[in-house]
Amino acid sequence: MAATPKPEELQQIDYTPPEKEWMEVPPSFKPGTWCYAGKPQILEYLGLPNPRKWSPADEDWKFPDNWKNTILEGIRERLLKFRSFHLFMDICVRCGACADKCHFYLGSGDPKNMPVLRAELLRSIYRREFTLTGKIFKKMAGGRELTEEVIKEWFSYFYQCTECRRCSVFCPYGIDTAEITMMGRELLHLIGMNTNWILEPAANCYRMGNHLGIQPHAFKDSLLGLVEDIEMETGIKVDPSFNRKGAEILFITPSADVFAMPAIFTMMGYMMLFHHLDLDVTFSTYASEGGNFGLFTSHEMQKRLNYKMYAEAKRLGVKWILGGECGHMWRVIHQYMGTHWDGCDELEVPVSPVTGTRFEHAKFTKMIHICEFTADLIKNNKLKLNPKRNDPYRVTFHDSCNPARGMGFFEEPRYVIENVANNFFEMPENTIREQTFCCGAGTGLNTDEFMEMRMRGGYPRASALKYVAGKHDVNLMATICAIDKATLDALVKYWIPEVEIGGVHELVGNALEMEGQNDRETNLRGEPLPVEPSESPPAAEGGEAGAEGGEA
Amino acid sequence: MEITGILKERKKDVLDRWFQEVADTYPGETPRFLRNKADRFANPLGHAVRQGLEGLLNGLLSGAGDDELAPHLDEIVRIRAVQEFSPSEAVRFVFQLKGIVREEHGGRSGEALADELSEMETRIDRLALLAFDNYMSCRERLFEIRVKELKDTISVQARNTWRPAAGEAGSETFQKRNDRRGKDEAR
Repeated sequence: MAATPKPEELQQIDYTPPEKEWMEVPPSFKPGTWCYAGKPQILEYLGLPNPRKWSPADEDWKFPDNWKNTILEGIRERLLKFRSFHLFMDICVRCGACADKCHFYLGSGDPKNMPVLRAELLRSIYRREFTLTGKIFKKMAGGRELTEEVIKEWFSYFYQCTECRRCSVFCPYGIDTAEITMMGRELLHLIGMNTNWILEPAANCYRMGNHLGIQPHAFKDSLLGLVEDIEMETGIKVDPSFNRKGAEILFITPSADVFAMPAIFTMMGYMMLFHHLDLDVTFSTYASEGGNFGLFTSHEMQKRLNYKMYAEAKRLGVKWILGGECGHMWRVIHQYMGTHWDGCDELEVPVSPVTGTRFEHAKFTKMIHICEFTADLIKNNKLKLNPKRNDPYRVTFHDSCNPARGMGFFEEPRYVIENVANNFFEMPENTIREQTFCCGAGTGLNTDEFMEMRMRGGYPRASALKYVAGKHDVNLMATICAIDKATLDALVKYWIPEVEIGGVHELVGNALEMEGQNDRETNLRGEPLPVEPSESPPAAEGGEAGAEGGEA
Repeated sequence: MEITGILKERKKDVLDRWFQEVADTYPGETPRFLRNKADRFANPLGHAVRQGLEGLLNGLLSGAGDDELAPHLDEIVRIRAVQEFSPSEAVRFVFQLKGIVREEHGGRSGEALADELSEMETRIDRLALLAFDNYMSCRERLFEIRVKELKDTISVQARNTWRPAAGEAGSETFQKRNDRRGKDEAR
């Protein structure tokens, strides 16, 4: 008779993952870690191939005929078209500098989220099919066969990358791993392996002007709702205009600022600022979206959605475009728009009608960021601000990946915050500015069915936030991206519920002294303020006065 | 309790082993990374696990109550509840301490030791039950957030559909009730 095992022996269950080559570990499709597949009618609308009903949880993904050839031809075409892609496939020496820099790796511990290995998912096919050594030595040269399993793995991991580019900051060769993900996603689109949360907004935007597919009257009605809210908080009725031909400036912001919590408070801030300055600015109900989900789809789609803003600017006859607190809109404008077309000659180099500052750096894009615009106003002492109204907030600033790493936009938002709020605290140095951690849900991953993965990806950001919340009692994290505002709101509810998420122009709206305003007993969220109603507002805040008409 | 004294003396070894066993539940290169990367913001997972385990060990050795143990437990469980683990894998680290305690008690034997070990194991079992509660509350939270996100999307749209025009009957009440200014229910 066998001896009865001792408790210690029974306890010896080995949970250590098996030592397998990464190529032999299939991806897991646990609920919460993948996004719903693109709906057939949406694919049809966008003219994308292989529209059908399917789910990543299915065994059969309904691959189209000849899919392998389509993928290989797709790679070949992109290698010829994009020199960068070709280089990125060849020059990685696997030094590992990027390996531990990805927020998805840090939050999941899954080695396939090391950027070098995520790129290797595609590189291994490139090697096997497009290099001589790979053709001869196959697996010994790091190559592998293109199979349905490989495609499933691509789908899993190219949609566990938010294209935030943090890894690329550390690459000694300058490989932009985000662009490898972009190529990976483009290739997946060729055979119809895509997610609805990205495609439906892209289709809506193309058809109706914004991600949610809100029609013009509803868009206008929503903003008028915010007009009422502003009147309730400040006693001032602002008067936004819509589709007004001949306006000097067209204002374009993410549609989330119009519809989503807590981004609508930022929208209230913009509207108050425009009214206070009596700015000749108009909203468009057609170019009613700054966000560009084309960036997450293909370079062609990205171009289509970006061009729409300029087409509307031309139609209205404005001089230049002012852009709101958006993430990837700015990445497209700064990194890719110049490769799409020659620019819009009908528009002019932006000049602030208030300070006279000419924004020379925007002479190609004809578009400036609202934080640049406001920072310039403050620098030139054009705003009366009462930062005490933001005293209930102990603020930190989350650098959104796209403005930070896509356009080097670090100082302007901080300058604005420091002038509108008295309590500002930075998160640790290796988690901000160019090293900022992603919210965990950029590039169209901010959907509810992906919640578990979002919590993993956002964990490094949450961890740094928790640190400043503990050290400085930070209770508000301001940010300048609509996806951030939406997704960080969910993130903090899981990791650190005492912190709220807000926008920089929400803080501006709170602090702004407007002529004819009421006692301002509440902030824009309707929360009571400690400021004495009888207190007279201080003189204009802000640093030393800059020379008017100087260049930004 | 003598065993507590021995474990206190060997705390660093116990902690290192416990940490290593938790780190080893991650695949590939990850255990090495979790162990070696010192900067807490460059290695938030490794830092949280180490901090959490240390807090738990100190608590167990000093006879801390549930309230004192809970935050340390949460540091680890909250992470593992959203990672690629089954529920049992997510909370197993608590039981792993039993094996370590048995091996690290200093080679003594006898009835007194058996009683002490039994008492320590009862404490660890108690901790395991707390871990189960903690895990479930994290998962429930996750789904609450998901539902709230969906409801928010709908309510912002509904708010526009049902808004009475300014001055119309009910407009003031509507505005006051408007959930825009309400504190989050899920908070």
